Amino acid sequence: MRIAVIMKQVPDLVEDVEVDARGTAIDRDGVRWTVNEFDGHALEQAMLLKEAVGAEVTVLAVAAAGIDQVLFAALARGADRAIVVPTPEGRTDAPRVAAALAPALTEIGADLVLTGVQAADDLHGQLGPILAASLGWPHVSVVCGAELHGSAVVVQQEYSGGRTAALEVDLPAVLGVQAAGRPPRYVPISRLRQVIASATIGSHAPAAVVPAPATTVTRLAAPAQESLARMLEGSADDVARQIVEALHEHGLVGV
Amino acid sequence: MPGILVYIEADPGGVAPVSFEVLGAARTLAPHLGGPVEALVAAADPDTLAAALGAADSVLTVTDPSLTPYLPEAHRAALEEAIRVRQPSVVLIGGTSAGIDLAAGAATATSRPLVAYCTALRVAGQEMEAESQLYGGKLVATTRTAPPAIFSLVAGCFPEAPGHAPGTAPRIALPPPAALQRLRTRLVGTGAAAAGTVDITKAERIVSVGRGIGAPGDIDLARDLATALGAELGASRPVVDSGWLPKERQVGKSGMTVKPRLYVAVGISGAPEHLEGMRGAGVIVAINTDPGAPIFQVATYGSTCDFGDLLPALSARLTAAG
Repeated sequence: MRIAVIMKQVPDLVEDVEVDARGTAIDRDGVRWTVNEFDGHALEQAMLLKEAVGAEVTVLAVAAAGIDQVLFAALARGADRAIVVPTPEGRTDAPRVAAALAPALTEIGADLVLTGVQAADDLHGQLGPILAASLGWPHVSVVCGAELHGSAVVVQQEYSGGRTAALEVDLPAVLGVQAAGRPPRYVPISRLRQVIASATIGSHAPAAVVPAPATTVTRLAAPAQESLARMLEGSADDVARQIVEALHEHGLVGV
Repeated sequence: MPGILVYIEADPGGVAPVSFEVLGAARTLAPHLGGPVEALVAAADPDTLAAALGAADSVLTVTDPSLTPYLPEAHRAALEEAIRVRQPSVVLIGGTSAGIDLAAGAATATSRPLVAYCTALRVAGQEMEAESQLYGGKLVATTRTAPPAIFSLVAGCFPEAPGHAPGTAPRIALPPPAALQRLRTRLVGTGAAAAGTVDITKAERIVSVGRGIGAPGDIDLARDLATALGAELGASRPVVDSGWLPKERQVGKSGMTVKPRLYVAVGISGAPEHLEGMRGAGVIVAINTDPGAPIFQVATYGSTCDFGDLLPALSARLTAAG
């Protein structure tokens, strides 16, 4: 069983995200990057499958500044190897990333591909479905838990309103993971240091150039709508008093 | 062919509410684009769903047992076939789990671009102009795309009313695609995540905690406030995915949609997926140390106080007053 996990970094949304001078992309300088949390769940799900039935887990990421840290952390969490794949012209839109990754996945002989269901920097959730469509494999998104049964994977797919379905999917397949069967494991820093000192990250040949998608971002900006909330100022106790007063006015307490 | 194709999603109640919003968006765009609005119903028995779609100019039906309940691979085959046969200039689909399953794959298979997560969509000359929320709602991207193209629309951002109309639209039956005979995906069970003891959709007051809560132990501060308010405890997705609170308490796109009279959001940034589940609340009190958090755009009252100071102060005042 060969499992591939595709990971990437996104800006840490705890910090502000600034727009560049052209106003069509984020200003990448000064951004604090963090691993896409859904990709972290995809990796954890791969580890759970490896522990359950045995598997070789390869983590792939497209080339980007600082990506080695993501891959070393994945190795420290139990992945068997890590590979960086360059994208044409360094572009990272989902169609180009998929075009770069598809040959690498074929070469690895992946039976199951796991990636985060979406990422905060595009939210499109396109990578999994595009990969599946270009490989001709079945795909399920919004997966919360998976188990391998012979040559198939049984996944929990989630819908709005808390509904779920269990789907059995023949391998090879691509899954967009929202949550692993359990929360991602903690890796001691000593283990990470050990991996950085000893492990190597492989690289894959650059992919052929694919046609650019026919969409153009003309503007990227903070939402035009100003804060609608009445902001309550003062100490914690002042604010608590104002909230209680407001709840009284709305008939929500003390009536 | 000019025109708009709308993918109709089913839920246990019939046509999913988001599909009426998408159909409403199609009706709003249609006068500017020209061509008919065609609704695609792919189901084992399309009649009931089709009967609710009087707002469409016609209803395309694909009838096959594999299409009910929803199966991603089967619905993708039906959608792709409908796009190939009808060649619409614009395809609209709700930004749900099905939307993520189907839109990008259909875009790849039919060589159309996809603009996902649209919160606004309009015709701009020969192009379509869409707005999409990125970075947890902190930024809005405006995108221009020449049709033919596919757009997925965020639930709750488009008016539902134009999607409802009495009467029945003419039916056009499409043959089931051959791919339905060789599916590699099978449904083996269904369930409701909210099988626990709490139904937060019925709660009049909810205190919800988000990623900003930092540590599972701090949820107790929110629990105390919930007790003081007579509220149920809710959570955003990261808190549930971290295993800090059970799934039945999750508010948002992949959790519950709630409409309480009072919603207190603690350490919740207000990502679009969360807002989708609580936008309809009466009074929203948001507590978040980040003044730029998108939750303040929907909140009634906001505070950037540290929740570790504010929640005990608030609980104490409410308990004293109660």
